[in-house]
Order: sequence, then C-alpha cells, then structure tokens
Amino acid sequence: MSATSFVRLLERVGAQGEGLLTYLGGLGYLTLDALKHTLVGLVTRPRIKANETFFQMVRLGVRAVPIISLVQFFVGMTLSFTLAPVLSDYGQLDQLATVIAKAVFPQLGPLLASVVLTGFAGAAIAAELGTMVVGEEIAALRTSAIHPIRFLVVPRVIACILMTVALTVLANIVGTTGGGVIAYLVLDIDPWQYYHTAIDALIVKDVATGLIKGGIFGFIIVIVACYEGLSVSGGAGGVGRATTNSVVRAIFLIIAANCVFTALFYFVW
Amino acid sequence: MSETAEPILEVRGVHKLFDGRQVLNDISLMVAPGETVVILGPSGCGKSTLLRVIIGEYTPDAGHVYLWGEDVCCAGPERLDKVRQRFGILFQSGALYSSMTVGENVALPLQEHTDLDAQIIEMVVKMKLELVGLRDFENLMPNQISGGMRKRVGLARAIARDPEILFYDEPTAGLDPIATSVIDQLIIDLRTKLGVTSIVVTHDMKSALRIGDRIAMLYNGEFIAIGAPDDFRDPTDARVRQFVEGLADGPIPLRVSKTDYLSDLLGIEKQDRP
Repeated sequence: MSATSFVRLLERVGAQGEGLLTYLGGLGYLTLDALKHTLVGLVTRPRIKANETFFQMVRLGVRAVPIISLVQFFVGMTLSFTLAPVLSDYGQLDQLATVIAKAVFPQLGPLLASVVLTGFAGAAIAAELGTMVVGEEIAALRTSAIHPIRFLVVPRVIACILMTVALTVLANIVGTTGGGVIAYLVLDIDPWQYYHTAIDALIVKDVATGLIKGGIFGFIIVIVACYEGLSVSGGAGGVGRATTNSVVRAIFLIIAANCVFTALFYFVW
Repeated sequence: MSETAEPILEVRGVHKLFDGRQVLNDISLMVAPGETVVILGPSGCGKSTLLRVIIGEYTPDAGHVYLWGEDVCCAGPERLDKVRQRFGILFQSGALYSSMTVGENVALPLQEHTDLDAQIIEMVVKMKLELVGLRDFENLMPNQISGGMRKRVGLARAIARDPEILFYDEPTAGLDPIATSVIDQLIIDLRTKLGVTSIVVTHDMKSALRIGDRIAMLYNGEFIAIGAPDDFRDPTDARVRQFVEGLADGPIPLRVSKTDYLSDLLGIEKQDRP
C-alpha cells in the first residue's frame, strides 16, 4: 500500500471515529438537557405533563404488547426445539427449563423486546419529531418560550424507559412460557415441573440484570430517536433518513451496551 | 426619559451571512410602541431572515437586537424566555401543532405560562377564536381545516396571552382577497383597540399600504427605503417603483444567475464562442 493511500485510509478511519464521538457527544448533551428539564419540571412550574406522559406510555408501550408477546413466544418455542436435542444427548432434558430461563431472563427477554420496540416506538418518535421540525412546530414552541426538550422529549423518555422495563417483564414470562408449551406438547415435560425447574434456577441476579438492561435499552431507544428527530434537515427525505438512522443506530448501541453490561455484571455481581 | 419615547424594538447594525453569502447587511431599525411597521421586499431579499434574527431564532454575525431594552442576541435562556412570553408570532404556514386540536393549540400558551384554571382557559380560547372568526372549530385538527383557516388559528394562538408585540411572517400569503382583508383588518384592530405593536413581513403591496404606519423596503439585504405609506405611492427610487407597481422589467432582475447563459447552455467557455 502506498504512503498516500495509507494516509487517506487513516483519514477516513479518523473521520468515522470523529463522527462517532460527535454523535455520542450529541446524545450526551441531549441526555443532560433531558435530565435537567426532568428535575426542574418535577419541582417548578410549568410541570411535566402527566397526561402527556401516560399518553406516550400507552402509545409506545401498551400498544406494543401484542407484537412483543408474539415475538417472544416464537423465540421461546424455537429455543425449546433447538436445545432439546442437545440436552437429550447429555441426558439433561429435565434441565430444559433451566437453560431457557437463564437465556431469556438476563438476555433474550430485554434484548429482543428492545429491538422490537426500536422499530415500533423509536421510528415513530423520530418521524414525529422530524415532521414537527420540518413544519416549524419546534420553532413555534421555542419562540413561545415552551422548551421543546421539556415539552416533547422528557415525557417520551420517562414513558419509554418505564415501558421497556415493563415489556421486558412481559417478554421474559412469555418467552419462558413459549418454551414450556413446546416442552409439554412435544417433549412430554410436565408443565408444573417445567415451571418449578425454571423458578428454582433463576437467581436474583438473572432477573435484576435483565430489568436493569431493559431500562438502559429503553433509554437508548428514546434518546437516539429524539436526537435524530430533532436534528432533521432537508424536508421529507430528512425525516426518512432520521427514521432509518434512529432504528439502525439504536439497535447497534443496544447490542453493544448489552455486551458491555453483561461483561460488567459478570465481573462485578 | 418617558416610557413612550423608548423604542420597543431596536435593530442595530445587524449582519447575517449564510454559507458566505451576505443575507443581511448593516440593518438598523427602530420601532415605537403601538406602531405597525411593514417590512417589504422581493423574494429572497432577507425579510424572513431578519424576522428570525429579531425573534432570536438566528444569532446575527454582527450587531444587536433590543426588545424592551433587552439584548436578545446575548441574553441567557431565562431572560430570552421572559422576553418571548411578551410577544406573539404568526408563522407563514401557521405552524400549528399537528397532534393537537384547534382549541388545544390556542390553549397551550395559557396552560404553559399562566395559572388560569381550565374553565377560564376555555373561555379565553373561545374569545380568541371568535376574534378571528373561527369559534366553532375548536375540536377540529389542523389537517381538517384550510390553509387560510390555519393562519387564522395561528393568529388566535399568537394573541392568546395578549402580547405587546406581534410578529407576522407573510400573514396574507396564499389567501383569497376577502381573507386577506379580514387579516389586514384584524392587524389594524389589534393596534387601535389593544395598542399592540406589529412587525409585518410581507410582499403584499396592497396590505402594506393599508395597514402600515411605516414601511421599510429590503433589497439584497439592505433597507433601500423607509417611510410612511404616502412615500411609497409615488416613489423616486426605480427599484422601489418597480416593486410597488409590480413591473416585470426594471432594475430588480428576474434572473439571478451570474454565469453567461449561452456558454452555460452550450457547455463552453465564453471566449471560445463562435
């Protein structure tokens, strides 16, 4: 490789790295802003609108219950089918519930619920905020002394974090149950035995880490979506780009964060 | 110094560049309380940019904007918010919040910035909508009403808290002649009945002559004429005359490209032309 092409390669890598740092920095600023407005909005007028927060919780979370249930049910069933032959070979089929619970509660539950929610909620938030930017609604809010972060971002952040944790609980239960259904119907494992094995296998760490990660992933979904939506430029094309980016980037950050936090809990808990 | 002698708005030496292009060049303007000042000019002359600099949306590259003596350009967010609560803006498209009904749009400034309870707010919303002639439309969404109606709702929202200054960005653009007169009359009424100061950015000559106490014409980022409406009825400046009379030919060009047409068309340099 010649010297100039090596330098050019370095420049491109450096530019990507700089872009990533700028992006994360932008997310960081938005996070701090949202935090500030949350704390201020809890204490002074104008308060954070509870109605709006509940409305967002329904829109972003409650409406996602069917799709998340379906996805997790399929995941649970697939896990059963995949693990059964392997465990059989080792004569450990009675431990099926253990393996499924240990896979779902700390990992597959929060991860897959968040990935589905990124498409369901993240894209919607980015598109909505982006369209508001294009239609001058954000400028109208700002110039009437209504802070867009407090008015738009904070209710969505609170709603999304709470609902992702709640949906993680749902995902964990439905996923494990999906495995149990196949265990009963195909593998002749008694449902009560399956249930008790799963309960005995789960420790506080499994459940707690799953819920903590759920909260973190929910935060990632909403903060990326708000950042992308609020920085839209270029009309309808810009809104489209923001919507796509919010999903792709959030999924990437969720998977990366999952690895980081799993490793952290491995060493520290 | 008496309160009435202080200008309510003062623009001093404002410069604004976008991508190296000088959009505003040494703009200065003083507006007295209760005055209606119309900022006119051909498309692309910088009028909307000037408005956005005045309301604090854009920061000027040089110069200052003082609203009630407060420097908008370097005020912190809290002081800027206090200033913003004293004025109202009608955006060109109305800029209504698309996820809220007409009534909720008008109510929002009252809910956010006052302690009035819900029943009083409902009454005020009805009053403001009655002023703009849309009292029965509270439960409709913005996408269910026409563009002209959206502008009127935008005006109702802008006056919800009885501001001292109102800024209008092309208030009559896209409206039929009757709706245009209605909006013009509203602007005049707001001044005569409530003493509101109005800054109107427009290119509607008829409206300008009807509503303005003073008219300022902007061209290429500079004020080329400032005066009473009578000064604009028979102007001496050829550019002002072309704009006032709506003439296609004159010093203000239709075509703004800087390259030679034939060369650009044939894809050759000017000196190589046969």
